[in-house]
Amino acid sequence: MEVLLFTVLTLCALGVLSAVVLYFVARRFRVEEDPRIDEVEKMLPGANCGGCGFAGCRGMADALVTHEDISALYCPVGGAECMNRVASYLGKSAPVKEAQTATVRCGGACAQRPRTNTYDGARSCAVAASLYAGETGCAFGCVGFGDCVKVCTFGALRMNPQTGLPEVDPEKCTACGACVKACPKHIIELRKRWPGNRAVYVSCVSHDRGAAVMKACKAGCIGCGKCVKVCPFGAITLDKNLAYIDPQKCRLCRKCVNECPTGAIVLSNMKPLPVDKVQVKE
Amino acid sequence: MKTFRKGGIHPSENKLSAGAAIEEFALPDVVVLPLSQHIGAPATPVVAVGDHVVVGQLVAEATGFVSARVHASVSGTVVAIEPRLNPQGIKQPAIVIRREEDQWAPEIDRSQRVVTECVLSGAEIIEKIRRAGIVGLGGATFPTHVKLTIPAGRKAEFVIVNGAECEPYLTSDQRVMTERSGEVVEGARLLAKALGVTRVLIGIENNKPEAIARMTEAAARYPEIEVVPLRMKYPQGGEKQLIAALTGREVPPPPALPIDVGAVVSNASTVLAVYEAVQKDKPLVERVVTVTGKGLKEPKNLLVRLGTPMSALIEVAGGLPEGDCKVLGGGPMMGRAMIQLDAPVTKGCSGITVLSGADASRQPAQTCIKCAKCVAACPMGLEPYLLSKGAQRQKWEALEAGDVTSCIECGCCQATCPAHLPLLDWIRLGKQTVSGMIRARAMAQTSRK
Amino acid sequence: MMNADKVKNLIVAPSPHVQTTQTTQSIMRDVLIALLPALLVSTWAFGWRVIGITALSVVCCVGFEYLIQRFVVRGASTVGNLSAAVTGVLLAFNLPVTIPWWIVVIGAFVAIAVAKMTFGGLGKNPFNPAIVGRVFLLIAYPVQMTSFATDAFTGATPLAAMKFSPVFAGAELGDLFIGNVAGSLGEVAAGALLLGFAYLLWRRVITWHIPVTIFITMALFAFFVAWGRGWTGAALWEFPMFHLLAGGAMLGAIFMATDYVTSPMTVRGGVIYAVGIGALTMCFRLWGAYPEGMSFAILIMNATVPLINKYVKNRRFGVK
Repeated sequence: MEVLLFTVLTLCALGVLSAVVLYFVARRFRVEEDPRIDEVEKMLPGANCGGCGFAGCRGMADALVTHEDISALYCPVGGAECMNRVASYLGKSAPVKEAQTATVRCGGACAQRPRTNTYDGARSCAVAASLYAGETGCAFGCVGFGDCVKVCTFGALRMNPQTGLPEVDPEKCTACGACVKACPKHIIELRKRWPGNRAVYVSCVSHDRGAAVMKACKAGCIGCGKCVKVCPFGAITLDKNLAYIDPQKCRLCRKCVNECPTGAIVLSNMKPLPVDKVQVKE
Repeated sequence: MKTFRKGGIHPSENKLSAGAAIEEFALPDVVVLPLSQHIGAPATPVVAVGDHVVVGQLVAEATGFVSARVHASVSGTVVAIEPRLNPQGIKQPAIVIRREEDQWAPEIDRSQRVVTECVLSGAEIIEKIRRAGIVGLGGATFPTHVKLTIPAGRKAEFVIVNGAECEPYLTSDQRVMTERSGEVVEGARLLAKALGVTRVLIGIENNKPEAIARMTEAAARYPEIEVVPLRMKYPQGGEKQLIAALTGREVPPPPALPIDVGAVVSNASTVLAVYEAVQKDKPLVERVVTVTGKGLKEPKNLLVRLGTPMSALIEVAGGLPEGDCKVLGGGPMMGRAMIQLDAPVTKGCSGITVLSGADASRQPAQTCIKCAKCVAACPMGLEPYLLSKGAQRQKWEALEAGDVTSCIECGCCQATCPAHLPLLDWIRLGKQTVSGMIRARAMAQTSRK
Repeated sequence: MMNADKVKNLIVAPSPHVQTTQTTQSIMRDVLIALLPALLVSTWAFGWRVIGITALSVVCCVGFEYLIQRFVVRGASTVGNLSAAVTGVLLAFNLPVTIPWWIVVIGAFVAIAVAKMTFGGLGKNPFNPAIVGRVFLLIAYPVQMTSFATDAFTGATPLAAMKFSPVFAGAELGDLFIGNVAGSLGEVAAGALLLGFAYLLWRRVITWHIPVTIFITMALFAFFVAWGRGWTGAALWEFPMFHLLAGGAMLGAIFMATDYVTSPMTVRGGVIYAVGIGALTMCFRLWGAYPEGMSFAILIMNATVPLINKYVKNRRFGVK
């Protein structure tokens, strides 16, 4: 009994002693910091994704507090709501940025884009892309090893085993841009996010000539330019055999979708225009 | 017998074509001459579609200092100047010539006579090398005239001729040294004269006794030239390893260059090209290519005009075998796998190696058991297992601290790994990324100044 | 011209395109082969029970690894790489022949489940699993673990006899070499273990640095102790020889200190690690509570390996 008591007391004494030492050490070496940084950090989502350009939310909070003008700082995860809250707390004007979502601009699924060789190296898009054109005849398309999926901290990307392509869940995507940086083929783009996650975009990034595109992939943009002509808003441009829809000018009229001969212009969460309407136009 | 001290491995030699004499390959009907067959800026075309050209005629001028000229390798008509697929399936601008006859530029001396006298000055020799568009033919394709232009404050003490050919399978240098030893020795003398150097070391691995004998014989009249047999070990043909093996000097880590220890290294085939350029006025229009592989019926050493489709070379060696195949530009340690066999032979193509059957595929990777074989094998004294893991986790700062930029991509680590991990795949990615970061930092610094 | 090849599905990978024929499995198989002579000598010395204990230990180690991998980790089976079998044999070699079977099972469980799989399996364990198993048993079941009396041998192991006798009476070095003494299964026949060492060197599974450094350190240590005690004549070399041949020195130095996972990555680091093992072993043997100290020495030095790996690096090429 005596031994037990002695042990317990010794342990307690040790604990108290350590606490006292820790207390003084902590006081002695405390770093003076603006307490608002802690507060702002709490308001941020805490994902530490790096989407703002800082290593983590702490860095962003520090910048938000210390910078006079915070219009260049934006947390894509928290969005406008979060930024407004932080700005009003700090008494600064909130940065404005429209909502965006990651968009995978390659439609070269396994069925559309046959494999022409077998890659046998490390399963990484970056490694494969720095070695050669890729497993298909298209040197621009998705490599398919999911570097984008690996960097997504929000679980918004997944590889579709049927198509061999990554798919974005717009509900989970925070437009942090990690996948955009990770893709060695620069296929993923942050595009304006419409209500209901509606979207119209060219799902191809190939600058090859039409014949080469058609040989490699059934879903590629062949640069025919029909979409450019049909667009009533001048939102579509053609550069080096590739059409691009400017998300700022596009109004989702969908005329281009019906015009595209290869189906490279993709429509999501929207019904296509009735075909006869287009025919009337022609 | 000499060799380098640090690391290295002993892969199976497989020099299947070692006994095959160099054959002249049939003239191709069409040649494709990429504008970028060298390290540096792509050359600029100086001919137009429809122009008639003769062999050895300049078709593309070097763009800037670190660049190299391109010459017509056949006589005929320029039919296109357009992007063509390279062996890796990437489009690169090229000049396409349809062959008619075999007309050579008049100034080129095509006789077999070995010229030993040279009245040119060092600068004139270098200028002739530049005009001939010569680059390192061992595979690095660094323009030779740039290498010979010694930066201020440095001094060349040795000319080193790289005859190690440590890469398994490849025999092009070996055949060149065996069959054209006199010309290689003269080429080495020209390099020595161009640099004002009185010491020439020719390093040859001891698995090539005939080449050593011929070269020793050819160099006997010149006391300044020494042929040094080297104990076989990969990567002895690596520039830094060869210098260490021959002189005992180690080139400091990047950005230091071999010239910092007084050495200028040229591959044996390059030295032959230098001889032909200076003494025969012949630009770089052809080279010796080894076509080899266990699945090929007849491994060969072919003297090929640049721009010839590689598929034609494989065909003449017996065609691709049945089943799985991996076709490499170069040897199995450092060669690049190809997907476009119709791509042309370029200046840096020392061989085409066909791996077939079980050799074509990698074995499945297992987990690292910390056996440290990669650490022992690394000729640069790096820690491949850490660098590979760091690259996978994108710890670029840690990679930089681990001297990833010193990696020479020789592949010893991966070839020796019993877990068959893709170590170099990741390290190469890390090296590229870190090198990019370092360049970006340097740019930012200069722009700030 | 090459239409046939255009259709051909080529294989593509970054260089190098050469791989060693060695695999994790072949390495482990070589270790098992290298342990075979010692197993035979042990069977000759102690009887058939040796085979039974070894088989039980191997089956338990492999079984535990399989079950944990299957039901806890839920990953692909790893027993095929034979590392669990090696652990099993090494653990058995560290047990006396009279050991009850249930202690073997407990030892195997501690070695595999506690020392290996909790850290993530092969390649990630900081301590040598077989030694953790042995040390656990030595502390938990000291009586059973140190009962070496059999029909063939009575009394204590040579190290124990030495420990509790005040003077060095000389040793039958020949008996130690061929295994004609009491002791754990695998540590009795120095000659057979050296044969295994030669095999491992020939197969390039290990390098000589770690075992030889341990031997040299122990021999020098013993020599200076003998010299310091004022001994002269034959004892001056017999005492170091005795320490090399007796107990677990050979087994530990050749097969357990050289474990890839728990030894340093560089040759220089390995030498530092080996000197530590040799010196600690001698300290434990001469002044510790137990007659043998190899296992403790290896465990302690295992703990220093991350530190050694951090600070002892290979010289970079071109750096003085």
